[in-house]
Amino acid sequence: MAKQPDIELVSLTKRYGETVAVDSIGLRIPAGSYCCLLGPSGCGKTTTLRMIAGHEEASEGDIILGSENITGLPPAARGTAMMFQSYALFPHLDCTDNVAFSLKMRGIDKETRRARAVEMLKRVHMEAYAGRLPAQLSGGQQQRVALARALITDPQVLLLDEPLSALDPFLRIRMREELKSLQTRLGISFIHVTHSQDEAMALADLVVVMNGGRIEQAAPPREVFNRPASAFVAKFIGGHNVLPAAVARAGAGGGPFVAIRADRLSVQPGTSGEAGVTSLQGVARSVEYLGSTVQVGIDVTGLETLSATLSEARFDASPVRPGEPVTLSWKPEDVHVLGR
Amino acid sequence: MSRVKSWVTYLQVAPLALVFLLFLIVPIATIVVVSFFDYNTTQIIPAFLLQNYEELLLSPVTWRTYQQTIQFALITWALTLGIGFTVAYFVAFHVRSPTMQTVLFLICTIPFWTSNVIRMISWIPFLGRHGLANTTLINLGLINEPLEFLLYSDFSVVLAYVHLYTLFMVVPIFNSMMRIDRSLLEAARDAGASGWQTLVNVILPLCKPGIAIGSIFVVTIVMGDFVTVRMMSGGLSASVGLMMANAMSLLQYPAAAANAVILLLLVLFIVAAMMRLVDIRKEL
Repeated sequence: MAKQPDIELVSLTKRYGETVAVDSIGLRIPAGSYCCLLGPSGCGKTTTLRMIAGHEEASEGDIILGSENITGLPPAARGTAMMFQSYALFPHLDCTDNVAFSLKMRGIDKETRRARAVEMLKRVHMEAYAGRLPAQLSGGQQQRVALARALITDPQVLLLDEPLSALDPFLRIRMREELKSLQTRLGISFIHVTHSQDEAMALADLVVVMNGGRIEQAAPPREVFNRPASAFVAKFIGGHNVLPAAVARAGAGGGPFVAIRADRLSVQPGTSGEAGVTSLQGVARSVEYLGSTVQVGIDVTGLETLSATLSEARFDASPVRPGEPVTLSWKPEDVHVLGR
Repeated sequence: MSRVKSWVTYLQVAPLALVFLLFLIVPIATIVVVSFFDYNTTQIIPAFLLQNYEELLLSPVTWRTYQQTIQFALITWALTLGIGFTVAYFVAFHVRSPTMQTVLFLICTIPFWTSNVIRMISWIPFLGRHGLANTTLINLGLINEPLEFLLYSDFSVVLAYVHLYTLFMVVPIFNSMMRIDRSLLEAARDAGASGWQTLVNVILPLCKPGIAIGSIFVVTIVMGDFVTVRMMSGGLSASVGLMMANAMSLLQYPAAAANAVILLLLVLFIVAAMMRLVDIRKEL
């Protein structure tokens, strides 16, 4: 297989009149990686994807694929293919013709294109449904057909716009696995837009957390989780408590906030000990039993509600009830100083 | 929950059933019955004769008139479809703001603010021998003699039809177009389709129901029309509707009724054929 190209975004900007949707972002996505653009709605992730796809014109900046600047090219000439959020299958065409559509547009004869479409449907295990209309398929099946349609052009990069959001939770996890294994098999880059941190964590080689048109952090998922770059990232990916640095008595370096993972906090009933360097006193607000873990919400005067995730055994060793005073403590090495 | 008594159900459908019975079934049944009656210059005589149909179907005038009516319908259909589709396409896909779409759509309906007859008559001073069109062309030096075909001709009849009925094409096609998911157009572009290929392969097939509904409107109206033909052709062209109107003015009601039955069957056949081609139910 030929060497797949890297993608590079260079000061890519999108303005709608006065509003800046994407603000001069720079990003390098190595070839053959699974990249998730993660962020809340309106953060510019979909706009970025659409600019890479060519469905949105970049106001400024460049999109480089391999050694080629593709910023001004039409969508079909870029070597990218897009899978749309609602799949956008043509309702009047059966699965085969949907998949064969781009071949038809290139003027490939009916026999050849239908044969290739059926082959592609086989790869996504949909050959049994080749003659069905999209309306006769379930959400997961529609998604497979949409995948086949996007892949038939042999793209170097597959762009997926919230591909799992239309599915029910069970199917979402199954399709998530399928997407990942497909990407591994094909060896091409996938760029996947999502607002679900679970999805990004599970799938991505590179998580790009976006907020307000800017990239907050672009790193592998473990790094994003263990060393969030900013208070926004720590809050958005969840599982972290963000505290003012002064409260946690963190060292002088870094910004005004620190993050402590919720599963690194311990919770003891009562306020026996002195509030020390690595502890706080508060009141348990909620106790949620989640199966293997227990989530305890704690109100501390002057702070946002904190949360601690305890294993069932650790919780049972010193149980707390809502309304009880509690002491929170952590180890100094678990304090992560946030950059901003 | 108790089962509703059956007579209550009948009572519930009764009003609409009565309306249909009185205003649809009874009149059509009457026409069918009268079409078999006998008549002379002064009266209609109840009978069961096939003579009306025989005279009608054996007369070459009937065949010529039907041929002309179908020709009018076909030409009008083709023109209203072409113009209607283009207008609907423009408003649905080229106009971006919903406000502007509404405004343009209302502009399309302006001709409907006055009656059919007035809209037709207003063509006459424009197209006449010394009308606006001819005067302008002569003054511009493009022609020396007034163009005779502009008014009281098949041309003026078709022109009036197109003017009157294009909106019936625009509305259902526009409706179909507005239901097309915009991401389908992007998906087509992503697959490398040009604008024209998107039109032919995506938009046109998805507009079929709208085209069928508009076509049914236009064809049925033109097939049954007699006012437009009379006004715009100055009596020089014939249509089936006009033929019936003439028969009625001579009190030959059974002859007109027989003609009406034949026309009804023909139109029903055309509509059935269109419904076979396109499933319009998903649009309703």
